[in-house]
Amino acid sequence: MQLARVIGTVVATVKNDLLNGRKLLVIQPLDGRLNECGSPMVAIDSVGAGKGEVVFWCRGKEASFPFMPVEVPTDCTIIGIVDSVFIDSISQ
Amino acid sequence: MTHRIIDATLMLLARVIGNVVSTQKDQRYEGGRILVVQPINPDGTKAGDELLALDSVDAGVGDTVVVVREGWSASTASTGEAGAAIDSAIVGVVDAIEVE
Repeated sequence: MQLARVIGTVVATVKNDLLNGRKLLVIQPLDGRLNECGSPMVAIDSVGAGKGEVVFWCRGKEASFPFMPVEVPTDCTIIGIVDSVFIDSISQ
Repeated sequence: MTHRIIDATLMLLARVIGNVVSTQKDQRYEGGRILVVQPINPDGTKAGDELLALDSVDAGVGDTVVVVREGWSASTASTGEAGAAIDSAIVGVVDAIEVE
């Protein structure tokens, strides 16, 4: 899993039937200090995240598990909204 | 900048540097500890961006750990059951690393 910030939404009218009703968001991956790292990507929301929120996301086949038994075609899903991140500056 | 870590799917060494608090999350994460880990090389130098991993061995901040990055194993190790939306889990606390 990795941290990310929700920076936008995606609207797609024509899409796979199993994606109907799912929210597509654009996320910017973040490192542990909430600095941007890597390129933005599209993620499916499973927790009601919105623009501006810091979230964490899961990659790969496991990304479709929150929607079981529906097998949503996704390899990037937001699975939690972050309240706070603690980083110990001594142990780095 | 590229995703060096996201592309890697093998077990890796990492140092636990913090944790994440989340109230609104996937229900399979209830009761789990989400830790922030910094991947490292065997000599202790940083190897890529931080990632999050679910704890299964009571690791703490400052510990060097082994992180598995395959969903089935990660889910089984951290929740006791496969099929959760978990792609990384801490499966061991490292006592020592010896490299020839």
